[in-house]
Amino acid sequence: MLRSLLVLLLLLAAPARAQDAFTDALRGLGGNFQSQAEAVEKLGALGDPRALPLLQALAEGRLVKTADGTVQLREGDAGEPVRINNRVRVALRGALGRLQLLSPVEAERAAAADGLFRSRSPENIPLLEDALGRESSPAVRERMALALAASRLAAPQEGVKRQGILVLAEGGSAVARGLLLEARAAHPALAPEIDAAIAAIDRRLMLKTAAETAFQGLSLGSVLLLAALGLAVTFGVMGVINMAHGEMVMLGAYTTVMVQEALRGIPALAPLSLPLSVPAAFLVTAAVGVALERGLIRHLYGRPLETLLMTFGVGMIIQQAVRLIFGAQNREVLSPAWMQGTLSLPGGIEITQNRLWIILFALAVLGITIAAIRFTRFGLEMRAVVQNRRIAATMGIRTGRVDAMTFAFGSGIAGMAGVAVSQIDNVSPNLGTGYIIDSFMVVVFGGVGSLAGTMIGAFTLGIVNKMLEPWAGAVLAKIAVLVGIMLFIQRRPKGLFALKGRAAEP
Amino acid sequence: MIHRTPFSRRALLAGAAGTLALPALRPALAQGSGPIKVGVLHSLSGTMAISETALRDTVLMMVEDINAKGGLLGRKVEAVVVDPASNWPLFAEKARELLQVHKVDVTFGCWTSVSRKSVLPVFEELNGLLFYPVQYEGEEQSKNVFYTGAAPNQQAIPAVEYLMSDDGGAARRIALLGTDYVYPRTTNRILRAYLNSKGIADADILEEYTPFGHSDWQGIVSRVKAFANQGKKTAIVSTINGDANVPFYRELGNQGIKAEDIPSVAFSVGEEELAGIDTRPLVGHLAAWNYFMSVESPVNTAFKAMWASYIKNPKRVTNDPMEATYTGFRMWAQAVTQAKTTAVDAVRGAMYGQKVEAPCGYTEEMFDNHHLSKPVMIGEIMENGQFNVVYKTPTAIKAENWSPFIPENANRRKG
Repeated sequence: MLRSLLVLLLLLAAPARAQDAFTDALRGLGGNFQSQAEAVEKLGALGDPRALPLLQALAEGRLVKTADGTVQLREGDAGEPVRINNRVRVALRGALGRLQLLSPVEAERAAAADGLFRSRSPENIPLLEDALGRESSPAVRERMALALAASRLAAPQEGVKRQGILVLAEGGSAVARGLLLEARAAHPALAPEIDAAIAAIDRRLMLKTAAETAFQGLSLGSVLLLAALGLAVTFGVMGVINMAHGEMVMLGAYTTVMVQEALRGIPALAPLSLPLSVPAAFLVTAAVGVALERGLIRHLYGRPLETLLMTFGVGMIIQQAVRLIFGAQNREVLSPAWMQGTLSLPGGIEITQNRLWIILFALAVLGITIAAIRFTRFGLEMRAVVQNRRIAATMGIRTGRVDAMTFAFGSGIAGMAGVAVSQIDNVSPNLGTGYIIDSFMVVVFGGVGSLAGTMIGAFTLGIVNKMLEPWAGAVLAKIAVLVGIMLFIQRRPKGLFALKGRAAEP
Repeated sequence: MIHRTPFSRRALLAGAAGTLALPALRPALAQGSGPIKVGVLHSLSGTMAISETALRDTVLMMVEDINAKGGLLGRKVEAVVVDPASNWPLFAEKARELLQVHKVDVTFGCWTSVSRKSVLPVFEELNGLLFYPVQYEGEEQSKNVFYTGAAPNQQAIPAVEYLMSDDGGAARRIALLGTDYVYPRTTNRILRAYLNSKGIADADILEEYTPFGHSDWQGIVSRVKAFANQGKKTAIVSTINGDANVPFYRELGNQGIKAEDIPSVAFSVGEEELAGIDTRPLVGHLAAWNYFMSVESPVNTAFKAMWASYIKNPKRVTNDPMEATYTGFRMWAQAVTQAKTTAVDAVRGAMYGQKVEAPCGYTEEMFDNHHLSKPVMIGEIMENGQFNVVYKTPTAIKAENWSPFIPENANRRKG
C-alpha cells in the first residue's frame, strides 16, 4: 500500500522532473560547443516534443541568446544567432532523427532515419524497431532497416551485432562498408562475418564504381564535345584556324551572367534565365562571329598562318575588353534547383544533376548542328561551297554570305557551349584559354570535317581520361592522353574518320 | 580657345623649367629632408591581380593614414607603385627599379612564393628591405625580408591538429588535395611527416595534385568519398589555390559531402575568394588563417572602419594578407621612429622585438628569425560568406620557418 502510494507520487513528480531536465538541457545550448553538443544529445534522448522547434532553429541559425544566458527563438533580425560547429551538427542530426522519426511527413521520416544511421547509437534500437513496425513507405522502411542495422552493429552484444551485419551485407552502401570496417577493428571475433558482408558490398560497389566512372567520362566528353562542335564547323568545315574560339565560349558564359542579372528583378522569368540564356548566347556570339569574319578573316582566306596569328590577337583583345568591362574577378552564376544535387539510380549509382543536364544538352546541340547541315537550305549551300566554291558560285550561291553564315553558326555553337560551361567552371575573362587546346585536340583526333568523328573523339577522350585518372592522377592522365593522341596521329594523320573523295582534297 | 594659348604655353614653360631644375636640386636635398618613399610591388594585372590589388590599396591607405597624422620623423611618406603584372622575372626588374631609380626606403610586396624567390637576390644585393605579407611554406630567412604572414607551424599544422581533435571531428585519415606547385608540395611534405609522427600511417594519407585552374573535380571528389569509407573518420586538407576552388566546392556540394561527414580545411580560401561562390552548401567547411574579418577586437573595428572609409565600396572585404600588410606597416613605422632614420641596417636592428596590437586581437612580436608571432584561428564558412571562428590559440605562436618535420633542417636549426 505504502509502496504503491510512493509509485503514484513518483509518477506525479515525473512531469516536473522532466521539466527540470528540459530547462537544464536548454541552458546548455547557450554554452560552448562541447556543452551545446551534450545539451542537444540530452534533448534528443528526453524526447520532449517542445525541443523539436528549438533544435531545428539551432540547426538553421534562428536561435538567439538572451541576457540571462538561456536561448530563445529569434524574432525578426534581433540579436546574434547562436553559432554551432560540426560537432554540434553531428549531435543535432541524431537528436532531430529521434524526434522526427514518427513525423507525419515522409521526407522528414526518411531524413530522420538517415540521421540515426549516421549517429548509430544502440539506444535508438527500440525506437527504430517501433518506427519500422508502423512505417508503410517501402523506401523509408529500407532506410530505417539500415539505420536499425547500424545501431545494432554498435550494440555491445555479439548476437545483436550479427543481426546488424547481415542486414548491412544485404543492402549496405559504401558508408556501411566503412562502419563494418570500423567494427571489425574493434571486434576481431566477428571478422569472418564482417569480411563476408564487405565482400558482398564490394561486389555491388564494383558495378556502381564502373557506372560512375563511365558517367564521369561521358560528362567530361560532353563538355569537350560542346567546346569542339563550333570549332568542328569553323575549322573542320571552313578550314579557318580560329584561335579566338575559346573567347566565344567565354562570351557565351558572360551572356549567361548578363541574362541572369537582367532577369533577377522579374520573379516570373528568373527561374527561366538559364534556358533563355541559350538563344541569347547564340545570338551574341554569332553576331561577334559575323563581325569577325566580314571584318577580318575573309581577307585572309588561304593564308592559315596569318589567320592563326590574327585570330590569336583578336582573342586577346576580346579577353582584355571583357576584363575592362566586367573586371578581373570571377562572376557568380547561380544554378537552378533542378541542376543541383545528385540523382540516385537503382544499384546505389549516384550521378550529379548538373552533369547529366550538360550531357543531354551536348547531345541536343549535336543533333541541331547535324540537322542544320543536313536538312536546311543553309546547310546545303554550305556543303556546296565547301565542296567546290566556284561551281557553287556559278549556281547562284552567294559564297561570301555563306562563309559569314557558317562562321556565325560555328561561333554561335561555341556561345551555347559557354552557357553550359558557366555551370561547371569559373566565369572569368580567361575562361576560354582552357578550352581552345582541348577543342583542337578533339577535332584533329576525330577527323577534320567529320561531325560524327568529333562526337566519338570527344567521348573517347573523356572516358579514357577518367579511366586513367584513378591510376595516374589528374595531371599525368592528361599528359598520357596527349601522348596517346600524338602517337595516334602518327599512324592516322587524318584522325578517326578521314574524309574520302573530292572534299578531302583542297 | 585662342586667348588660352599663351597661358598654356606659359604653363608649359614653367613646367619645363621645373623639370630641368629638379635634377639640379636633388643633390642639395640632404638624406632625410625629402619624403620617405615606400615601394609597392604588387601585381595589378594578370592572374594574381584579383588578390594583390587589395594589398596595394592597403599600403596606400596606410600611407594616407600616416601622412594625416603628420608623417614619419617629421617627413611626408610617399608611395611608389609599380606593376610587375604577375610576371615572375618582371618582379625582379621592378624591384631593381624601385631600389635603384626611385631609391625607396622600404618595399611592401609579393604574393606567390615564386615571385618572392625572384626578387630575393635583388633585395640582398642592393641591401633593400621587403615586407612579405602572405602565409607561405617556410624554408626561408633573409636578412632583407620581414615575413608578416604565417609559417607552416602557424597555419597548416595547427589546422590538422584541430581536425584530429574531438571538436574538429577526430579525423584519422587525411586527404591532402593541392594545386601542383611549390607551396602545396612543400606544405604537404611537412604535413605528411607531422601526421606520421602522430601515428597516422602512409596508407591513411591520400595525396592528390591538380593543375592551376582545374575545373573537373568529379573523379577526385569520388575518390575522396571512397577513401572516406574505409572505417576511419576522414578529413580533407586543401592547398588548392586560386579560382580552382570554386568548382571544387561546387562539386563537394553536388556530391552531397557535408562538413559533418567529411570536413575540409583550406589554407588559401579567404573572404575575398568566397565572394564568387554560393556558400550555402559549404556551411561548416573550414579555413585556417591568423585573422578573419569577423574577429571581434577594438583594433579590428578600427581597421575595418579605416578600410571602409578609404575604399568607399561596402562590398569590399578585409582578409588575412591585408591584416599582415597593416601590421607590417605599423611595425616598420615604429621601428623607423625608434631608429630615428630609414637606413636599412638601423631599421632592421630596431625591428627585432617590435610589438604591434594587430587587428586579430593579439599582440604580435617580430622575432630575430624575421617572422612574426601570430595566433592561429580556424573559421567555419557561414551562409553570408564570412567565417565564424570556432577555435583559436590562447596566445600568439612563434614562427618555425625551418620546419622540424623536414629532415634536412636538423643542422640548420642547431646552427
